[in-house]
Amino acid sequence: MPKVALQAGPCSGVFVPLAGAPRLELPLDQVRVSAGFPSPAADYEDKRLDINEYLVRNPVSTFFFSVEGDSMQGAEIFDGDILVVDKSIRPRHGHIVIAFVDGQRLVKRLYQRNGRTALLAENPHYPALEIREGMELVVWGVVTGKFKRFGA
Amino acid sequence: MPVFALVDANNFYASCEKLFDPQLRHRPVVVLSNNDGCVVARSAEAKALGIPMGAPWFKLKDEARRYGIVAFSSNYALYADISNRVVEILSGFTPNIEVYSIDESFLELSGFERVGYEAYGAQMRHRVAEWLGLAVCVGIGPTKTLAKLANHCAKKGLAGGDGVCDLTTIATTEQTGLFSKIEVREVWGVGRKISQRLEAMGIHSVQQLRDADAETIRARFSVVLERTVRELQGVTCLDLEDVAPEKQQIMSSRSFGTLIYDLEELEEAVASYVARAAEKLRAQDSLAGALQVYIRTNPFKPEVPQYQRAVTVPLPEASADTRILTHWALRVLRRIYRPGFGYHKAGITLLDITPRANQQLSLFASGEVAQSRNAHLMQALDSINARYGRGTLRLAAEGVAKSWQMRRGNLSPRYTTEWDCIPSAMAR
Repeated sequence: MPKVALQAGPCSGVFVPLAGAPRLELPLDQVRVSAGFPSPAADYEDKRLDINEYLVRNPVSTFFFSVEGDSMQGAEIFDGDILVVDKSIRPRHGHIVIAFVDGQRLVKRLYQRNGRTALLAENPHYPALEIREGMELVVWGVVTGKFKRFGA
Repeated sequence: MPVFALVDANNFYASCEKLFDPQLRHRPVVVLSNNDGCVVARSAEAKALGIPMGAPWFKLKDEARRYGIVAFSSNYALYADISNRVVEILSGFTPNIEVYSIDESFLELSGFERVGYEAYGAQMRHRVAEWLGLAVCVGIGPTKTLAKLANHCAKKGLAGGDGVCDLTTIATTEQTGLFSKIEVREVWGVGRKISQRLEAMGIHSVQQLRDADAETIRARFSVVLERTVRELQGVTCLDLEDVAPEKQQIMSSRSFGTLIYDLEELEEAVASYVARAAEKLRAQDSLAGALQVYIRTNPFKPEVPQYQRAVTVPLPEASADTRILTHWALRVLRRIYRPGFGYHKAGITLLDITPRANQQLSLFASGEVAQSRNAHLMQALDSINARYGRGTLRLAAEGVAKSWQMRRGNLSPRYTTEWDCIPSAMAR
């Protein structure tokens, strides 16, 4: 906090500030002057595009998972991609899902037809994972999108 | 007539830990307090094993090995995010909501009788389960105290069904039977001490407290307990506190992971507590007029030399500037520090808090320009830290190594608040 110093000048009763006393700068960067015509674009101002809006339908129930491996490349899901997972969507046959099986977090396509439940890969090198009696399958959420950042 | 619901998450911290980790399904999980001291939350499996709340973790090592109990340090970043999501979901059911704690909210439901309160409660329960994978219980009653009691009934399966208990639909005679079975200490606001005194008076059950003479209770205890009796009788005395009152003081303190002997390390700790408290202060757009610093050794180790000291200083000018607050906090610390002691805890408290709008300028104040510049600087500091993680930008006084930081040996990832920590999904 600056100290204000006062000193009696040559004529008694007149005060002059000491050299080096604090000065109040004019706040130029905060003075706004409006001049000229209003912008003709003002009526057309739109909100800038927001990627959240595009990828996330229900923010409260949306979570992100990172992908490890290449078994889903047929569905355009690659190693290192980040998945958008919406837990509020009820999983159905054909959805790409995050599933908990046998202590593992998997990303697979859910197959549920004719009494058969399986998790399918989208890569011929990986077999389907059949869910048999006594196995526990938790379909954690439905994958609704993905994104990736390049190292540029 | 108002109708209240209390919605609370079952085993909240433990459930958050289980949410993203498939290996924890069906396993007993406990969450430990700061410095990994005591059990503060248990999963259903851990409760079934009889692990008591508050048990010191080091005494449970044998059970842990035998039953495969998994212990976590408190992951507040995760719990806070999940808690906010629960509140957001509940806010979709009524705009009248009071967030009572990290895992409990009161809702005011009058106007929804057409839907049926119990059915509405069931909807809340289903939505939170489907959207977040968390189990919540819903208690409904004509007062907050009864809603809380109804919640207890739902959780213990004493009344209602499927995690929802609506006292407004339970006939009075039936309620009498129900409340006679519940011990008086389960009532909201009746702590251990009060329940002991009540029992000495012959009041053991909720029903007996409900039947007690409110005037007598007031005379022998307090107006607070009298209000509880009236609330049990169905008279609304407590409304929703929809806006959390602004904090009159802000504290930031921690026990250290290891004892600290060095002034320099204490300074780093105190500076980081100031930074945290100042951030909260600015979040509520207020200024602090005074601050207190305290340090103490470990009172639970009477065999080592003991020392403790707390000193409060008024600030020359109310401030929310981390640099100014840190400057004064460190000055106080240097004055109270005595070498030769092993310090176990330090803390700071910001006092005399006023809204920035009511600021009283000092005659020798630094001037508007400098002040608004400082405010801008602090704003930049807060937004950088909000974006890139707390402590990204900080005063050098906070130090770099932080050897004093509390012990959090088994902290789960911040699955939902840090990009580096999001869960992975196997595509193999």
